Amino acid sequence: MAVVFQRTNGLTEKPFHYCPGCTHGVIHRLVGEVLEELGVLGDTIGVAPVGCSVLAYDYFNCDMHEAAHGRAPAVATGIKRVHPDKVVFTYQGDGDLASIGTAEIIHVAHRAEKITTIFVNNAIYGMTGGQMAPTTLIGQKATTSPYGRDAAHSGMPLRVSEMMATITGAVFVERVSVDTPANIRKTKKAIKKAFEIQLEGKGFGIVEILSTCPTNWGLTPTESLTWLQENMIPYYPLGNFRTPEEAK
Amino acid sequence: MAKARGKVAFKEDLCKGCELCTTVCPVNIIEMDRTRINIKGYHPATVKEMDKCIGCANCATICPDVVITVEREMDK
Repeated sequence: MAVVFQRTNGLTEKPFHYCPGCTHGVIHRLVGEVLEELGVLGDTIGVAPVGCSVLAYDYFNCDMHEAAHGRAPAVATGIKRVHPDKVVFTYQGDGDLASIGTAEIIHVAHRAEKITTIFVNNAIYGMTGGQMAPTTLIGQKATTSPYGRDAAHSGMPLRVSEMMATITGAVFVERVSVDTPANIRKTKKAIKKAFEIQLEGKGFGIVEILSTCPTNWGLTPTESLTWLQENMIPYYPLGNFRTPEEAK
Repeated sequence: MAKARGKVAFKEDLCKGCELCTTVCPVNIIEMDRTRINIKGYHPATVKEMDKCIGCANCATICPDVVITVEREMDK
């Protein structure tokens, strides 16, 4: 028999600290697999965020740097400009990227920095205890919106991919999901494409990945995937918003 | 028609009992072993009827903790 699936060399041997059923683990693995398949593990520098994935530097089998909350794109800019021959990526959640780090993510795209951003959107602040994020859905309960998010009070959830697609320097923008094995395979393809575009020096790429937070959503891991399919995908439609061909 | 045969192996001590693998198996052979507890304190996922495995790797694809290794061979 031939081995068709095994742990990628793109990850270290350290077990993930994430809650049971948290899809951060799936996304970490996909990034590790892509970096290994592209043969760039030794030439990659990742920037870890603040949030549940603050310890991501322990898990990726490449050089890593930590950034202040939301500032991963700014740190990655510095790294890429000093080391233009290296592959540089940021790994950020929605509390990090869509709230405190909004200025950084807009301007890293605006400057067309040749880096890749992996954006994990689970519609809530995870590490700090389930507070409402800009991406929290209308009616969704969080510790700071116990009756559900109210559009009149907190506005409508922020669609980051649609916003990024309006910026000329963002040459690759795609929203994917990790709710089924088929969608996980599509997510890997999108991540690979984003890194290939960086390797070709075409500009900034972002992959938004719809993800779950069973603990703070108060659901089992299986129920969480169903909740994602029934609530998140209708508001955050999957698909490609920008490719280099369109972005010329 | 060629029939795929597969074999899966679980690194049980990494399993957090999230049960996602059990929901995506097309032949429904993965179950949580309620008789045992792993080092993390969870009932680990396990397969009792390995001869039914087709090696599709759906379980390994959705596993958030990289617990599963998959092998596959095709009958002539």
